[in-house]
Amino acid sequence: MTWDVALILSIDGLASGAIYLLAGLGLVLVFSVTRVIFVPFGDIAAFTALSLAAFEAQKVPPTVGLVGTLAVLAAVAEVISLVRKRDFSRIPAAVAWWGLLPGAICLLAWLVAARDLPVGVAICVSVMLAVPIAPLIARVALQPIADASALVLLIASLVLHFLLSGLGLVFFGPEGARTQPLLAGGISIANGFSISAQVILMMGSAAVLCVLFFLAFERTVAGKALRATAVNRVGARLVGIRPTRTALLAYGCASLLAGLIGILISPVTTMYYDSGLIIGLKAFVAAIIGGLSSYPLTAVGALAVGLLESFASFWSGALKDVIVFSLLIPVLMLRSHWATHSEEETEEIDQ
Amino acid sequence: MKSSTMNTAAISFALAVGFMANSAGAADLKVGFIAPLSGPISSQGIPNAKGIQAGLKYKAEVGGRKIVLIQLDDASDPSTSARNARKLIEDEKVDVIVGTGGVPGSMAIAAVARETKTPLVSFTPLTLAGDESAWAVTTAQPASLMISAVVEHMKRAGVKSVGYIGFSDSWGDLAYASLKKSAESAGIKVVADERYARSDNSVAGQVLKILAAKPDAVLGGTAGTPGALPYLALAERGYKGMIYGTHGLINPDFVRVAGASAQGLLAPTGPVMVADQLPANHPSKKIAAEFRAAYQQTHNAVPTDAFSAYAFDAWLVIANAAARVAPKLEPGTAEYRAALRDAIFATKELAVTHGVLNFSPGSPNGADSRSVVIVKLDKGQWVLQP
Repeated sequence: MTWDVALILSIDGLASGAIYLLAGLGLVLVFSVTRVIFVPFGDIAAFTALSLAAFEAQKVPPTVGLVGTLAVLAAVAEVISLVRKRDFSRIPAAVAWWGLLPGAICLLAWLVAARDLPVGVAICVSVMLAVPIAPLIARVALQPIADASALVLLIASLVLHFLLSGLGLVFFGPEGARTQPLLAGGISIANGFSISAQVILMMGSAAVLCVLFFLAFERTVAGKALRATAVNRVGARLVGIRPTRTALLAYGCASLLAGLIGILISPVTTMYYDSGLIIGLKAFVAAIIGGLSSYPLTAVGALAVGLLESFASFWSGALKDVIVFSLLIPVLMLRSHWATHSEEETEEIDQ
Repeated sequence: MKSSTMNTAAISFALAVGFMANSAGAADLKVGFIAPLSGPISSQGIPNAKGIQAGLKYKAEVGGRKIVLIQLDDASDPSTSARNARKLIEDEKVDVIVGTGGVPGSMAIAAVARETKTPLVSFTPLTLAGDESAWAVTTAQPASLMISAVVEHMKRAGVKSVGYIGFSDSWGDLAYASLKKSAESAGIKVVADERYARSDNSVAGQVLKILAAKPDAVLGGTAGTPGALPYLALAERGYKGMIYGTHGLINPDFVRVAGASAQGLLAPTGPVMVADQLPANHPSKKIAAEFRAAYQQTHNAVPTDAFSAYAFDAWLVIANAAARVAPKLEPGTAEYRAALRDAIFATKELAVTHGVLNFSPGSPNGADSRSVVIVKLDKGQWVLQP
């Protein structure tokens, strides 16, 4: 291996590390607030990428139908639960929030599709379509069992992944898609070596989003509520933070992150209906390095996973994934060695 | 008046008896079809299924027997392929199995077929020899035939060294082994052997390693859209040599994903892919046109991939062989299956969409050099190369 090869591999690794970083942030955010390991995260990213590809092909993305159906289901679930509580006055608001708002996004997507869109509009609409997915499926499938044990939640979230990826095959077909690069060209460093602008965009976006997340957590009431819920759910409830509201916010943020990942990654890799899982799994390795709670450690882990993956593909392409996932074993050993075992069990029972 | 009534009665009685005899005598020929309709290789399985349905439309009856198609999905998982094969053979009592997309799955089914003594007509390359292949044939050209055509093209183009990048599965291994063998005898050096998984999102590392070896040409041992990745990475790194692929790449989605990076890509394929460019005396010309018509009728679309045609060929093999089975044998019995197997292995000069098939005991392959053409991707169109 020569220096320029190492440099190219590092850049490639950092670019995929940036993607895992964003996905890792989303996973940690959802887990710390709701105790759900949100496996369908990657599927939402893949759906966004494929929606964007559909917009580029001047077709109506099938995601419109998915979001529309989910919105109807969520609105019905919400109305039923309000009727059970005999809280009729809040029904119009619930229908508006759960049914009409996502419905409006679907309508917008449907109206703008099938024509020659400026790239910016197509991207905005694709991300807007992605954002309601996680909150809606969480409302339908995860919120009713929000107090179940972490294992039940994990299984439910796995089931959601299989459901979404099956739907993805029906919607988008088995073949992959690639979207137009957002930025063309690149910066040339040294002889014959250049970094493509798209890669710089990926890394830059990841950095900017990290800073935004940090600011949101430190400076806004909603961010503080999220952190409070993550630190202690019961305590947060006692001071008037609604767990359902914070969970919804966490799912919304995760969905937004997934949408942005889809947009950033689709010009550089071919996205398939089931590409999301592998991104989610690698981000999960990063999140485990961060102990599913620490954002800075997750970021470090994500970059490490990206770099390791890139170099592993050079050493032995066939064993690349084996090497990356083997990283989990030493990490888990070290973490369990140092971890202070908390009273997790009791926390799961009473709520 | 009276006699005419009696006549009518007699005729209807005779007809009824005739019908009964007919319905009792002509049991349906059951074809069990397994394909990956979901999972990572569904891009092969879905067209496979469309091709077999076009086959059913083209020929739904043979020797007075209706052909019944029973279709199962194996979700791209070889163990499910084998399980489904057992299910079809034991529960549905099928007379012949067709399947599946993907080499590992087909090999798994071949083992079941041999054990249960049920003929298998596959449409992926099978690496079976001698006794192992006693019950299995394939309509696909063996990888060695395809790759040797590629190597021959390389030799004519003056290529001295070739780098290889393929899937880290049995397809990648098979293509590499064939390349190694043909290249050696052609005096071409194989300078790199790199692998990646179908689901990978980057092959930068592998491509760098290939570029470091400075080959005159690169061959991708891949299939479908995941096969586009090496060509995209090579183009990104400014590779200027020749690029070759295998027949697994020939589908419109690959062209869409690979885009300009696969301009000039040379690949072997069956004649059906360039049916309209074939000379009029080519054996596949007529049947390929009939396949297109049957496909058009069934799916209201034009076939654009090679996989549907392979499956259609499997249907032709079965229909052709079933017509030669002694009519007194009943489908659903072990004797019928054995006779059908013998008839399949006695197939001679059967013109199919992918060339001409001749099966003989001891080998699952029936294709010869008439089944291979080299095509070049030029501005998104496959152009037949002389």
